[in-house]
Amino acid sequence: MKEIKFILNGKEVSVEADPLKRLLDVLREDKRMTGVKEGCGEGECGACSVLMNGVLVNSCMIPLGAVEEAEIVTPEGIRETEKGKLIIDAFGDAGAVQCGFCTPGMMMATEALLTINKTPEEEEIREALSGNLCRCTGYDLIVKGVQIASERGKDLW
Amino acid sequence: MGAKISIPVRRIDAKEKAGGWAKYIGDYEFDNLQHGRFLRSERARAKIIEIKKPVFPEGYYYVDASDIPSSGKNNIQMIKDDWRVFAVDEVRYIGETIAIILGPDKQKVLDLLNEIEIIYEDLIPAFTFDDALACKGGAVHGTDNIFAEYLLNVGNTDNAFKNADKIIEGKYETGFQEHLYMETQGLVGTWEDGKITMYASAQCPFYIRKSVAGTLGVPLGDIRVRQVTTGGAFGGKEHFPDVIATPLAVAVNKIKKPISMIYDRIEDISFTCKRHPSKITIKTGLDKDNNIIAMEIDTLVNGGAYESSTPIVLQRAILHGLGVYNIPNARILGRAVATNTFPSDAYRGFGAPQGLFAIEMHMSHIADELGLDTSDFKRKHFIKTNDITITNSKMHDDVKLEEMFAKIDEMSDYSSKVKKYANDPVKGIGIAFVNHGGGFTGNGEQVVIQGVVKMKRLDDGKAGLYVSVVEMGQGLQTTMRKIAAGELGLSIEDVVYDNPDTDIVPDSGPTCASRSIMVVGFLVQECAKKLKAKWEEGVGTEATHQYVHPEEFVWEQETLQGDAYPAYGWGINVVEVEYDPVTFEVKTEGVWAVWDVGVAIDETIMQGQSSGGIIQALGYASIEKCELKNGAFMQHTMADYTIPTSLDFPKVETVFIDNPYKYGPSGAKGAGELVFDAAPPAYAEAVQNAIGKRIYDIPVTPEMIMEALNK
Repeated sequence: MKEIKFILNGKEVSVEADPLKRLLDVLREDKRMTGVKEGCGEGECGACSVLMNGVLVNSCMIPLGAVEEAEIVTPEGIRETEKGKLIIDAFGDAGAVQCGFCTPGMMMATEALLTINKTPEEEEIREALSGNLCRCTGYDLIVKGVQIASERGKDLW
Repeated sequence: MGAKISIPVRRIDAKEKAGGWAKYIGDYEFDNLQHGRFLRSERARAKIIEIKKPVFPEGYYYVDASDIPSSGKNNIQMIKDDWRVFAVDEVRYIGETIAIILGPDKQKVLDLLNEIEIIYEDLIPAFTFDDALACKGGAVHGTDNIFAEYLLNVGNTDNAFKNADKIIEGKYETGFQEHLYMETQGLVGTWEDGKITMYASAQCPFYIRKSVAGTLGVPLGDIRVRQVTTGGAFGGKEHFPDVIATPLAVAVNKIKKPISMIYDRIEDISFTCKRHPSKITIKTGLDKDNNIIAMEIDTLVNGGAYESSTPIVLQRAILHGLGVYNIPNARILGRAVATNTFPSDAYRGFGAPQGLFAIEMHMSHIADELGLDTSDFKRKHFIKTNDITITNSKMHDDVKLEEMFAKIDEMSDYSSKVKKYANDPVKGIGIAFVNHGGGFTGNGEQVVIQGVVKMKRLDDGKAGLYVSVVEMGQGLQTTMRKIAAGELGLSIEDVVYDNPDTDIVPDSGPTCASRSIMVVGFLVQECAKKLKAKWEEGVGTEATHQYVHPEEFVWEQETLQGDAYPAYGWGINVVEVEYDPVTFEVKTEGVWAVWDVGVAIDETIMQGQSSGGIIQALGYASIEKCELKNGAFMQHTMADYTIPTSLDFPKVETVFIDNPYKYGPSGAKGAGELVFDAAPPAYAEAVQNAIGKRIYDIPVTPEMIMEALNK
């Protein structure tokens, strides 16, 4: 057991746990942030995507010990922000959401992409989403959702 | 798209899902929650000699068949009840449930599980179609390993073959497919108010209620099932949740505490049902003018160790065996065999994709053999309205395939590309034509389901909608509201439609068979009309409506004769590919789709179904290889069972045509499975045109292409 301090959605937090505990479990169990989903537990599907120091990561692959002093952002951390609301609305208008299990992770991937590339081409969007699997949509309408977010969010990112 | 109802709205569940507010089964908190794990068979076929257990600490339990109350049965009530809740004395497949280990600490439960040792005496297992038909090791099921055998006949096939100028044969095989819904299987069983309640990620709450009540031997009303937001299903959560719920209920009944049974991904891929593998042989007789005059089809599907819905899957495979073609003399033999593999079960399409793959590839092989253009040859044989079907009735649908072909040809430039790529060393294009019967086969809706829906006027000008069909990603929360709101003149937000709870909603039947919109949606529309007529009676006014079978559709279940389905969805897909002659990898350059789903209840939702169904089907056709080794699936993770990513296929170009069905809500027909059916043969045909060798099996892997080219 070790006390690990990090920034979670803008607030300093401290968690006392096994440093090898998966960040995914810390977020879901200790912090009750269930917007972070477990799809595979092996870094393949992206349902557990969070931002770590601004970079998109799979929280199932990150041990708690590795987030000491890091800044972690979960779906709960962006869904109420202007950017988060815009992505959610864009996904809604595009028809990007079906079963929804992958969607919070897709929102995180979109936020990560638009932060470094405000006006991505379709191929760049597909590349940016390629670590996030979806079994329902075939991706077309998620890509459209990112395009709508990019158009509407020119001044935000 | 002309209908008003087709105009897209924003899905009612989009925001709560996208933002991560929506709660799936793993997101709920329960006081004093216990964690369960299954003890499973490690052998495909064996006698259990002894189970050596460690001493269980207080609060940890081992629950098996001996815990089933004397009123109950160690059988899962599905269509049949051959599948056992817990294996006793012997096991039939790897992964079969033997016991549940449960307790408050997840890790401790796993430790206990690892300490259990099972001593087996191995028996001779049967894995392949040949093993099954030869009853290797003795029959797994009955005396002959045949779960179901059907024979369909139209015309005089033997005579027609005698008059045939040429005969062409082919054998086609398809593999297992894992559903890979993003949310794994999961249920939580609780003891509330002296009653078992199951919270379930599931398609069919009333199936779970029936199976649990049967296992415990209690009245149906003693079991409550509450569906929770479900992260994808595709047929995988149709009957399979019964296999989890029944042993779980035995455990809850024993300890009277809430227990969660949520699979991790490795368990889910290793130990859940898959799509039925198939082996289909087709022999076709043609006259001098290259018209098909006779066809004989032999269809085999592997049902695995227990029956589940296998006979119905087989029925659908053979009822779609002639595809969209008018074959005057045809005979189809269908057999579903038992093996010592994990039981196969429902998966989007339910047998139709297997039958349609075989007939579409066969039609292209005949055209190739005769030196004819594939689409010309297929189109020449299109079934038309009033033509005789394989079940000796008439095709009632207004068949618009020619109009649809003209559309897709214009969109994809198919005809000119076929000519252009004929001599191209690496490019190819394929086309497939399909139909898919909506609703339960034959008189299932009338005899088996008899679905009921209820509506009620609530406070504040709202209406409550009570149905047992579920939202599982396909958009039902939105489309059902649209249907009801449209009739009542309300906004969709004013129609209340919660996730079904068997204590509250009537049984409108399961969420499967492309029936939710076409059949239940129509009941909702009719029910809404009734409620509207008595709306002024005030708050609390209710209306119910039960399925009434349209008289013009007649069916004889014993002989499988008559109108197999009241209406079909129709579709055409074109796929364009280019392969790499060095690595044999295939790149898909274009995908086009034209669908007749009657009327789309929401064009955007249907676009999502089209893209989603096609990409899932292209995975099935290309990369989703699921193999058996000694009865165990070799693929266990998302790293070795790969599904399409956003980079694997280009955007799907989709168009819908209107062709209203009079017993569908606003003219809508079934659509959820249709969209899966056409892409596999269209892809395989494109690859065979690119490589210049025939394709008979899917998935078409680079290894298979290399072998075909080296032959």
